[in-house]
Parts: sequence; C-alpha cells; structure tokens
Amino acid sequence: MKSGPLAARSSAAEQHGQRGTPIIELAGVSKTFGSGEQTTHALGPLDLTIEAGSFVSIVGPSGCGKSTLLRLIAGLETPTQGQLRRSGAALDGPSREVGIVFQDHVLFPWASILDNVMLPADVMGLPRQAALQRAQWLLELTGLKDFAGHRPDMLSGGMKQRAAFCRALLADPTMLLLDEPFAALDALTREELSLELSRLWQELRRTALLITHSIDEAVLLGDRLIVMSRRPGRIGLDIPIDLPRPRDVNTENHPRFLQIKRAARDLLFARDKS
Amino acid sequence: MTRATTPLLYLLLLIAWEGSVRAFKIPGWMLPAPSAIAATAVDWAPDLLHHSLVTLSETVVGFLVALAISLPLAILIAFTVTLRRLIYPILLGLQSVPKVALAPLVILWLGIGVLPKIVIVILVCFFPILVNVVAGFESVPRAMLDLMHSMKAPEAAIFRRLRIPIALPHLFTGCKIAITFAVIGAVISEFVAAQDGLGYLIMISTAQSQTPLAFAAIIVLTLISIVLFYAVEFLERRFVTWTP
Repeated sequence: MKSGPLAARSSAAEQHGQRGTPIIELAGVSKTFGSGEQTTHALGPLDLTIEAGSFVSIVGPSGCGKSTLLRLIAGLETPTQGQLRRSGAALDGPSREVGIVFQDHVLFPWASILDNVMLPADVMGLPRQAALQRAQWLLELTGLKDFAGHRPDMLSGGMKQRAAFCRALLADPTMLLLDEPFAALDALTREELSLELSRLWQELRRTALLITHSIDEAVLLGDRLIVMSRRPGRIGLDIPIDLPRPRDVNTENHPRFLQIKRAARDLLFARDKS
Repeated sequence: MTRATTPLLYLLLLIAWEGSVRAFKIPGWMLPAPSAIAATAVDWAPDLLHHSLVTLSETVVGFLVALAISLPLAILIAFTVTLRRLIYPILLGLQSVPKVALAPLVILWLGIGVLPKIVIVILVCFFPILVNVVAGFESVPRAMLDLMHSMKAPEAAIFRRLRIPIALPHLFTGCKIAITFAVIGAVISEFVAAQDGLGYLIMISTAQSQTPLAFAAIIVLTLISIVLFYAVEFLERRFVTWTP
C-alpha cells in the first residue's frame, strides 16, 4: 500500500475509539411513517450495538427497513420510539464524524470530481491545503487521479461511486455508513469495487456499516453479519464472520464463507415461505 | 446539403410570395410583395432604427428590472414558510390576469411616456421568472439534501453550493419565456398610447394604409425578438455547462 496522509494517521485510528467499545447503541428503536390509516411500521423495535472499528454488514429483503436503519444511525431520521446513542451520547442529528456513501453516487454534475471530493472540506471549513492533499491521495488510491478535473458525467458508474467513496472519506470520519453503495452498478464492477473497499477498509480500519441486499457482498466485507426480517424490520440473525483477512476473490470459496452464506439464505427463504 | 435546406425553403417561400402577389395583382396596401417591403425598409431606415431602439430599450430595461425584483422574491418565497403562504397565492392569482389587459389602466395611471411601457414589460416578465426560479429551488434532489445535511452543512452553504446551481437552468428557462413575452408587452403598450416605438409605427402605418412599412416594422420586431432569445440562450450555455 502506498503511504500517504493516512499512514501518519493509522495510530490516530485507535484514538478515534478504542476497538471494541460501543460506538452506536440502539435500544428498543422503532420507526413508523405516516399517521392514522396510512401508518407504515417500517422498523423494529430492535436493539443493536455496533463496536468501534468493526465492519457490520446488514442484509435483508427489499422494504425490510434496512435503509431506514441506516438513516436513523446517520441522524437523518429520528426514531418514533426508543433510544439511539453515538459514542455514548444521545444521537440528535447528523455528525461530521460520519461519512455516508449513498446508493446513487450523488455527485454534483456541475462540479469537477476533485471539487466533489472536496465538498466536505468546503462545507465543514477544513484547512484547505491538507484537505486537498488528502483528496489527491484518495483519488490516487482509487485510480481516479487522472480524472480529477473531469465532470461526473464523463465517468463510468464504477468511477463515480469510487469518487463518492473518496468524498465520504475526505474528512477522515470515525464511521462509514454505506447504503447499498454498489446497487446501481453492474455485476463485474460490483465485485471489483467491493474487493477494493475491502482493501481500503483493511488500511483505514474505520467503523463501517454496510446495508446491502447481496449476501455475498455482506459476507465478503463484514466482520459481523446481521440478517433482517421483512417489514417491520427486526434482527433475524446476528453472527460473526470469522473469515481471515485480507480477503480476496478466493475468500468466496472458503468453506466458512459458504456456511455463513447458507445460514443467511436459509433464514431469508424460510421467511419467504411462511 | 441538409444545412442548406432551411434557408432554401425560406427563399422558396419568399419567391412564391413575390410571385403570387404579382400574378394575382394583389394591391400593395393589402399584401405588399417582399421587394416592396425591402424598398420601404431602405427608405425608412433611420425611422425604423429610432423606433427599434425605443422598443428594444423598453424591452431590455423592463426585463432586467423584472429579473431584479423576482430573484429576491423567489428566494423569500422558497425559504420562508409564512411569506410563501401569504404572497405566493396572491402572485399565482395575479399570474392568471392577462397582463396586456392591464395596459390601458397602467397608461391611465402613469401617462404616455416610457415608464408605463416598462411597467407593463415588468408585469409580463415577472411571473415566468419567479415561478421557474421557485420551482428550481424546490427541485433539489432529496439525496443531495441528505448529503449536505449529513455533513451538517449550514443553510447558507446548502443555498450557495446546491440550491443555486440546481435552480440555474430553471432561471434560464424562465428568462427565455420572459424575454419573448417582454417584446410582446412593449409592443402592446405602444399600441395603447405612444409617440414612438415599433408598436406605434405599426399602428400609424396601418392606419395610413402604408402596409409595406407595417410589414417592415413587424420584421424588425421579429428579428429583435429572435436576437434577444438567442442572447439569453448564449448566456445559458455559458453558465449551465453541465447536463441537468
């Protein structure tokens, strides 16, 4: 791996939160949308603790409220019931310590890739020179260096999503929230990007929460697999993914990979039949 | 070849016009031939220029004032709930009033100088710009707002970095509608009462059966309208360089 602004920070990674201490805590959290006859019970009640430095994957069928869960943890939604805590304090809105990658790249079409990646620095008023260095390092790491001056519509879907990852990582967040980040991509790009993300995570070791409907992706990337049930979403399965790291294409043939995958499938399909 | 098709078609139509006027011996006061219009235009060139400049300045000044009024108002309407509830219904109601029907009243109140013409142009231009800009501010995709909120972006930063670029193409759409309306507004107000301007020239020349001169004035007016429209489009292409 190339050394860069992050190499110096690797020791700082531990300062971000002792590995193993809870960074996100949910107690009895549920979310309903609408009111009266139109009420939709989207999520919960559920309890969940995410430990600092871990990579948690959440899989579930469409409409199980997994994206709502992510939005709650991001502070973009407030729970109807229950308590949410971030780093021990009540969670009351978004935090600059959290970087989000959305399903769609959400790049501004009028700005260059570099300007898009620099957006958090501009919005948060970070020191420009350091941010610019980090942006360039991230773009190099993701193979986008030569496209820094291009507008997003000149780039492929995979490249746009890489730029979105760079933007989410620019302010060096303690936690990454990934809301089906590969859903809009073709199968090959998906696999390529998830392996890339795995490598990136290996280096950064930030707390990460991945929402996906792909079991393969969830198991390949995570330390812990949570399978959610249909609406209202509840936790159906919560198991550690004890596969060796670094992970690569061969991980998908590991007997343990297949075992975990089967457990998740069994749960998802059993619920389909009932 | 294909590039030449359109001009060629126009040329054919002109020849057909000239030919049928001559063949059917249509009197010049009813439908003048293109050659007659051209000859009149050359004879009256200084007067046409003077009247054109009057109409052009009324149009452009009225348009710019309308722009200057509608932009801050659009911001107020888009971002303050109270103003939105109070002002927007009134404005939308006013938008339904055919503004040219107000021309005689405006002239009654403000006299027959340049001012009432500019006021009518403002009235005509104002709504398309306002409505489009308000719609523009509101068409920000939710995911982009989520992104800004997730970074705890202050409202001012969201406005500058997100809402303005999103609203910009809408602003130009409004301006393109408004600039063509502006020319119509200026001419109609000159119809009602004026001492110069192309609308006045058209009124006078038709009243005096100088039909070729009326045609010449209409052609100049059309050219002004086209040039203004493309001027706005030129600016649009300068400022909106992405595909929205």
